[in-house]
Amino acid sequence: MLATQSLPATLPVSTSTRLATAVFAGAFGAMLLYFAAFAHADILHNGTHDTRHAIVAPCH
Amino acid sequence: MLSRIVLAALAAGLLAGAFATAAQTVRVIPLILAAEAYEDEGAHSHEAHAEHAEAWAPSDGWQRTFFTFISNLVVGVAFSLLLTAAIMLLNQPVSMTTGLLWGAGGFAVFVLAPNFGLPPELPGMAAGDLVARQIWWFATVAMTAAGLLIFAFRRSIAWMLAGLALIVAPHVYGAPRPASHESAVPAGLAADFVMATIVTSALFWLVLGGLLGHFLSRATRAEEALGKNG
Repeated sequence: MLATQSLPATLPVSTSTRLATAVFAGAFGAMLLYFAAFAHADILHNGTHDTRHAIVAPCH
Repeated sequence: MLSRIVLAALAAGLLAGAFATAAQTVRVIPLILAAEAYEDEGAHSHEAHAEHAEAWAPSDGWQRTFFTFISNLVVGVAFSLLLTAAIMLLNQPVSMTTGLLWGAGGFAVFVLAPNFGLPPELPGMAAGDLVARQIWWFATVAMTAAGLLIFAFRRSIAWMLAGLALIVAPHVYGAPRPASHESAVPAGLAADFVMATIVTSALFWLVLGGLLGHFLSRATRAEEALGKNG
């Protein structure tokens, strides 16, 4: 279990805010990762080339 | 408020991405540039390069560094948002300390697990089919994340066995491998690159996790104070 001695058991955020944030952050984060590290378009590949190698995403 | 938490994630991701750019200039980027000198000698990579030759590419020097910087910021924000999504979904309060644990988890999920099957590649090195490797990478990341989260949050034997199965399965199935490892890139360079990327990625994930934990704890406290004041 994560060490949470001094932390409350749950986030002090309403359930609706929490879930809406999770969905938005998950979708937006996945989309950014796709374009930066996976999309095959030449322009994206060439611009992000060194980052793809550095974060060890399959590149060539 | 949605935006306060998302802003915290953006700030952590941008700072960690900027840090990554600085960290990569020490060893990762010089090794990529050194490998490119050999890349043109390899027949396989030559084809790969010809495909991209006609499209725009940043010219070597400051322009290439600038685009790598921007890409690192985007990737930093992407990973920060994904960690934030998991923290929100699992309703886990965070601090800088627990943020470091989330960062270590991200490192295990996004670096260690896929690297076990697909070791870091330098330009010009032999590798299996790109799309097959991308699919394997994505599946491994998703299954390792699910497995680790089960380990962290479910303590029954049945759940833990399921988590273990998820983590092990992609490696039993096996990553797409090249037909031959023959490459114009010297093995010593490849070995250096493995250590350079792993150490650099570990630092990136710890910085990202620590910053995200710190910023998120401030953002959620501010959110709570707003809620109490009506």
